[in-house]
Amino acid sequence: MSQYERREVAVRRLLEGVPPSVPPELCEEALRRGGRRLRRRRAVRGLLWLALFAAVVAFSVWASVAQPWVEPPAETTPPLTRW
Amino acid sequence: MRERQAFQDARRAREFEAFVAGAAGRLLHAATLLTAELPDDNPRARALLTDALAHTYATWDRLRGEDPYDRARQQVAVRFARGAWRRHRGHGGVLERLNPQERLILVLRMYEGVAEEQTAALLALPTERVQVICARAMARVLHPPRGPAPPRALSGTAPS
Repeated sequence: MSQYERREVAVRRLLEGVPPSVPPELCEEALRRGGRRLRRRRAVRGLLWLALFAAVVAFSVWASVAQPWVEPPAETTPPLTRW
Repeated sequence: MRERQAFQDARRAREFEAFVAGAAGRLLHAATLLTAELPDDNPRARALLTDALAHTYATWDRLRGEDPYDRARQQVAVRFARGAWRRHRGHGGVLERLNPQERLILVLRMYEGVAEEQTAALLALPTERVQVICARAMARVLHPPRGPAPPRALSGTAPS
């Protein structure tokens, strides 16, 4: 065993020490806070989907009314009526 | 739809509880080493771990095969590194004399057995730097300087 390895073993042993006991409320608290974060994230995602849906609907209504793909009637040339 | 979500929530909570039952002891020990508190008086370590575990729970459905322990440990390390935790001095414990960065690297490398490269990537440091800090921290732990603990260990001083 090299000197470095011996030192490593010594440090590891020192770090192992006495393990602290885990309080039972730690898991509950993490669950509560994590659950809240999860619900908030879910709500934000829901709102974003709703906004996207509203935008799609608004665009479709506007497009069906304005029909921007139809060529507008010419305004510079007078209509050809007689020849 | 709602029923399915409730079912999924219950399953997630069950899985998470099983994970915490198995991993919390070791994670709390690591957190207590980081905050340099005594094992029976570690409010900062508990708060740090609770925060990290809350994040782990919130992202549980997006683990995609990743080990939740790795995720939780990473959260503990990142939160300790960036948060207010580092401004607090040690209150006892074996790593009291180290500065927060030395504690973090020593715990990740020697207690958690994280590889040098991974530690460097996690903390956004060059590998050589991690190596140097780890060696310095080891020296400081094995051969503590005499006298009372300094108010704030300077990171630039070489161990005697």
